[in-house]
Amino acid sequence: MTPTGDELTGRSAAELAAMVRHGDVSAVEVTDAHLQRIAALDGDVRAFLCVAEGQARAAAAEVDGARGRGEALGPLAGVPVAVKDMFCTKDLPTTCASRILEGWRPPYDSTVVARLRAAGAVVIGKTNLDEFAMGSSTENSGFFPTANPWDLGRVPGGSSGGSAAAVAARFAPLALGTDTGGSIRQPAALCGVVGLRPTYGRVSRYGIVAYASSLDQAGPFATTVADTALLLEAMWGHDPCDSTSIPSAPEPVLASLEDGVAGLRIGVVEELADVDGIQPEVRAAVESARRLFEKAGAEVDTVSVPSVEYGLSAYYVIAPAEASSNLARYDGVRYGLRAPASEVAAMNAATREAGFGAEVKRRIMLGTYALSAGYYDAYYGQAQRVRTLIIRDFARAYERFDVLLAPTSPTTAFELGAKTSDPLAMYLSDVCTIPTNLTGACAVSVPAGLDGAGLPIGVQVLAPALGEAVLLRAARCLEAGFNFTGRPNLGRSTLGEA
Amino acid sequence: MPNPLTRADVEHVARLARLALSEAEIEQFTVQLGAILEHAARVAALDTAGVPPTSHPIPLANVLRADEPVPCLDRDVVLTMAPAAEDGRFRVPRILGEEA
Repeated sequence: MTPTGDELTGRSAAELAAMVRHGDVSAVEVTDAHLQRIAALDGDVRAFLCVAEGQARAAAAEVDGARGRGEALGPLAGVPVAVKDMFCTKDLPTTCASRILEGWRPPYDSTVVARLRAAGAVVIGKTNLDEFAMGSSTENSGFFPTANPWDLGRVPGGSSGGSAAAVAARFAPLALGTDTGGSIRQPAALCGVVGLRPTYGRVSRYGIVAYASSLDQAGPFATTVADTALLLEAMWGHDPCDSTSIPSAPEPVLASLEDGVAGLRIGVVEELADVDGIQPEVRAAVESARRLFEKAGAEVDTVSVPSVEYGLSAYYVIAPAEASSNLARYDGVRYGLRAPASEVAAMNAATREAGFGAEVKRRIMLGTYALSAGYYDAYYGQAQRVRTLIIRDFARAYERFDVLLAPTSPTTAFELGAKTSDPLAMYLSDVCTIPTNLTGACAVSVPAGLDGAGLPIGVQVLAPALGEAVLLRAARCLEAGFNFTGRPNLGRSTLGEA
Repeated sequence: MPNPLTRADVEHVARLARLALSEAEIEQFTVQLGAILEHAARVAALDTAGVPPTSHPIPLANVLRADEPVPCLDRDVVLTMAPAAEDGRFRVPRILGEEA
């Protein structure tokens, strides 16, 4: 019997890929089920900037055709993937949720999107984000905010809020995000899904619009740790088009996922577990995670990483400094918006004033100031030296521990509008995720349950650079222990009547 | 420690950043950027004597490849996305307006 639409949208990517491979369902049926769910419910969530109805059906039909001809199918054949609108896609507009790029169609696919297409994945749409990935709530989108599927009055986190919301709402079993200061892990935590930031250089940045180049890294969202590993293995690996791409072949992660944590040394980062403003239920979830690790045979102890308290300050100098340089390219000359002016410098300034939103301007201003004559060493130079101190502190911690444990976000999802007038308060929601971006290592957020208000809580596991295999083993242990099966109660009555 | 941010600083930085900020934005940024910089200044108090700066998290340098031509983006496709193009080039307003 052919599964119904609702049954299909509740399945994991691994299940859907297996069903398509065995011929239990066609790729077109899988895609249609997800498109129907988006059509019924995304009016409330607004996860997508663009739904790729025609392109997705055509890609699914190609998968079905290949299967019919007896051709070998890729590991993601027929699986819908939602793509953050930071990734260039040849057949779909790429805006970075900015008015300055409205309507732009890139002349090429990003390496990651090209690899997913080659693996048979179906790009189902482009998701909303904070403009140019600058923000922690998706409210800085130049087009509209996205709602958290668990509570439509709250934010989904950010900057990859559209991708996290799309997976939480089961609009797609998989999504792509980018993580410069926590932009995958924090929305994953706030939306109750798994989100991984891989080691810097493991995933190609070619064709991903640049925000802060020494911190940016793309990664997967999924509902399970196994799906996260599946998507990671389809997207990572060396790319000659990205000179910061790590040449060595990545160690497979799926094969060792069930190896357990017996004998692993796990450190609870005390400065983050007890960070200022932490919600008691988030602290309790980290304690629960600690006990789950102990029960599974790991050796757990606390560890001090004293310099993490300077991470936020260093980040909010380094990231804007790099952004002010990267975003200089939006000058009205080669692509995107151009404001009319009779002289080119005036045209540049008028275009940027009209096309950028408030947070992007704020960070360009901040970065330009921090790099300007007289302030360069006091701000940028000092932040880079602090970055070294943080790297050294983590290296010391990893002499004693295999992985580390921390909260992902100090709080669960906050209300829409709660922090929009206070940029600094918004920045503070990244305090637990930023250290990984500064060190270039990897970390993952895993759902740990719900708080008293019914909102998802995430806990974070951190590993040293190139430690994805051990990282995901530990994440899988927490997933099994927490056994989080909750789903947002999104429009269930509406769907029932349909 | 750096001086608190003045309105003149904001105007100067906006010129460097090629942003034609409105009056309201200049006022707002003078306050907001001052507060953010105050927070950032916490790092200025740390003793980092002898600590080398990190500009990049992984030790890769001088990544080279064989100097062989490969296909690049199609010029006409790229120019279709330009705000203005002419004769296979990007077209812009005059550049030397101030000196003319």
